[in-house]
Amino acid sequence: MSTQSQEFKSLGLKVAVALAIVVLLAVPFITDIVGGNSALSLITRILIYSIAAASLNFVLGYGGMISLGHAAFFGIGGYVVGLLFVHYTDETPLMGVIPGTNQLLITIPAAIAVSGLLALIIGALSLRTGGVQFIMITLAFAQMIFFFFVSLKAYGGEDGIIVRRTNEFLGLNMRDRLTLYYVILGFWAVFMLALWRLIRSSFGTVLRGMKQNERRMAALGFAPYRYKLYAFVLSGMGCGLAGALMANFLRFASPDMLHWTKSAALMTMVILGGVGSFFGPLLGTAAYLVLETELAALTEYWQFWLGLILMAVVLGTRGGLNALIARGVALIFRGRA
Amino acid sequence: MILILEQLLNGLQYGVMLFLMAAGLTLIFGIMGVINLAHGSLFMVGAYAGTLAAAETGSFWLGIPVALITAAVVGFAIEALVIRRLYARDHLDQVLATFALILLFNQAITWGIGRQPVFIAIPETLSAPVELLPGLFYPPYRLVIIAAGLLVAYGLYLLINRTRIGMLVRAGATNRDMVRALGVDIRLLYTIVFGLGALLAGFAGYMSGPISAVQVGMGEQILLATFVVVVVGGVGSIKGAFVAGILLGVVDTMLRAFLPGILRGMMPADQADALGIGIASMGIYLLMALVLLVRPKGLFAAGG
Repeated sequence: MSTQSQEFKSLGLKVAVALAIVVLLAVPFITDIVGGNSALSLITRILIYSIAAASLNFVLGYGGMISLGHAAFFGIGGYVVGLLFVHYTDETPLMGVIPGTNQLLITIPAAIAVSGLLALIIGALSLRTGGVQFIMITLAFAQMIFFFFVSLKAYGGEDGIIVRRTNEFLGLNMRDRLTLYYVILGFWAVFMLALWRLIRSSFGTVLRGMKQNERRMAALGFAPYRYKLYAFVLSGMGCGLAGALMANFLRFASPDMLHWTKSAALMTMVILGGVGSFFGPLLGTAAYLVLETELAALTEYWQFWLGLILMAVVLGTRGGLNALIARGVALIFRGRA
Repeated sequence: MILILEQLLNGLQYGVMLFLMAAGLTLIFGIMGVINLAHGSLFMVGAYAGTLAAAETGSFWLGIPVALITAAVVGFAIEALVIRRLYARDHLDQVLATFALILLFNQAITWGIGRQPVFIAIPETLSAPVELLPGLFYPPYRLVIIAAGLLVAYGLYLLINRTRIGMLVRAGATNRDMVRALGVDIRLLYTIVFGLGALLAGFAGYMSGPISAVQVGMGEQILLATFVVVVVGGVGSIKGAFVAGILLGVVDTMLRAFLPGILRGMMPADQADALGIGIASMGIYLLMALVLLVRPKGLFAAGG
C-alpha cells in the first residue's frame, strides 16, 4: 500500500514537473495574450529571485544555518556584471589587470566565482559561531559589503552602476525581452536540476543530518564545520548567479541589492513557501513577488498588508505554502483511497 | 584637543542611547530566547508618541511620561499578541514574525501621520551651550541624556542585583528551563521583562528626537547598531550591554568625525569623504566580527 502510494506520488511529481516545463516554455505566449510585457517581466523576476531563495534555503532549510546576510552574495553577483561592463565600455582594466567584458559566458562564471570566494571567507569566519551570533555576524559582514559599495564613488556610490546593454550571449539578440526570458529560463533550469541532484546526493543527506543532530553526525565521522562551509559556499554561488542574472535583466546594479532588507526579503520568500522543501522557495518567491506587484498596484501601503500576510503565514501555518499544498493533496488522495 | 573631547562626549551620548536600547533587547534575548527585530519599532513609537504629546501640550517634559507609557503599552500588546506565540519556535520564525511587525509599524505610522519627519525643539532651559572646560562649549541637552542614561544604568544595576525580580531575571538568563522547573511564573516574568525593554526603548526614542528627526525608519537605523551592541556585549548581560554600548558609541562617533579628515590627506576631498563615511559605517560591524572571532559568545556572555 505504502509503496503503491509512493509510486503514485512520484508519478504525480513527474507529471507536475512536465506540466511546469510546458507552462514555463509557453509563458511568453500566455502573457502576450493576458498581461503583456509587465507579466513577462514579473515571471522573469520570479525565476531569478527563486534561484536566490532556493540557494538560501539550501543553507537555511537543509543545513539549519540562519544567514541574514545573503544579500551580500546576490549583490556581489550583480556588481561583478556591472564592474566588468563599466571597464568594457571604458576599455580600462579593472584594478589594473582584469579586462572588462560584456560576454555573458564570462560574466556569469566570474560572478559565481567571486560570490563563492566571498562566501568562503564569510562562511569560514561566521561558522565559528552559532545561533543568534551566527545570524548577527552574517548580517554584519553583509553590512560591511553594503557600506563598502555605497562609499565607492568611482562606481556610482549610492546610485549604483547602470549597465547600458545586457551582456551578449551566443550572438542572440538580448535586447529582445522574449530571448532574454528564454536565456534566463535556461540558466534557471540548469540551476534547479543541479540543486535537485545536490540535495539528493550523499552530501545533501549529510547536511540534513547535521541539522537534525550535529553531534551524532560528528560521531559518525563527518566534520560539521567543513560540510557546513561547503554548503555555505555553494549557497553563496547560487545567490551570485541570481544577482548576475538580475543585473543583466534590470541593466542595473546598485547597493539596494546588498541592503539588509533584501536578505530579509529572501528569507521571507523561503518561509512563505516552506523551509527545507525543494519547491517551497519557488512557491514562496512567486507568492511574494505577485503579492508585492498586486498590492503595490492597489495601495501605497502595500507593505502593511504584506506584513499581515507574512505574520499570518509564520504564526498560522507550519511549513508555509508548500505544506499547505501537500496537506491539500494528501486530503484529496485520502478521499480517493 | 577640544574637538576630540567634544566628540568623546558625543560618543558617550550615543553610547548611552545604544545602552538604553540594548539593555532591553539583551534581556529579551537572554531570558525569553526571542530575537525581537521590532525593538526598533518601539523606539519609533516612543519617539512619535512623546513628540506629538509635546507638540500638543507645548511642554517637552510632559512628552516623557507619554512616550514611556505608550511604548510600554504597545510593548505589552506585542508580547501578548505575537511574541508569546514565538517562545517555542526557532529563531527563523522569530526573525520573520518580528520583521513583519516592522513593516506593520512603519506603514501604520506612514498611514496615520505621514512620511514627513516630525521635529521637536530642545527645551529652552537646555538649549544654551554651557562651558564645560575653558573653550569647550557643549549643549546641555546631550549632557542630560548622558546623565539620564547613567542613572538608568545604575537603576537597572540595583534592580537586577538587589531585588527579587532581578534575581529571577539573572536566573532566567543563566538557565531558563531550570527557573521554570522551580515553579516560577515564567510567563509573568517574560511580560515584565518585555515591558521594561519597551519602556527603555520608548525613552531612548523620545530623548533622541530633538537630536535626530523623528521619522519612519528611525527604528531600523538604531536597531542594527543595537544588535551589534547586544552580541558584542554577550547575550543576556546588562553589564555587557553597558560596556559594549559605550565602546561602540564612542568608536562609531570618533570614526565618523575624524576618518574623512585623515583620508583627505591621501586623496581628493569628495572621495575621501565618501570612503571615510563608508569605512566609519563599517566600523562597528568590523569590531563585532573581530570580537566574535575571539570570543564567539561575546564579551560578557551570561550562562556560559
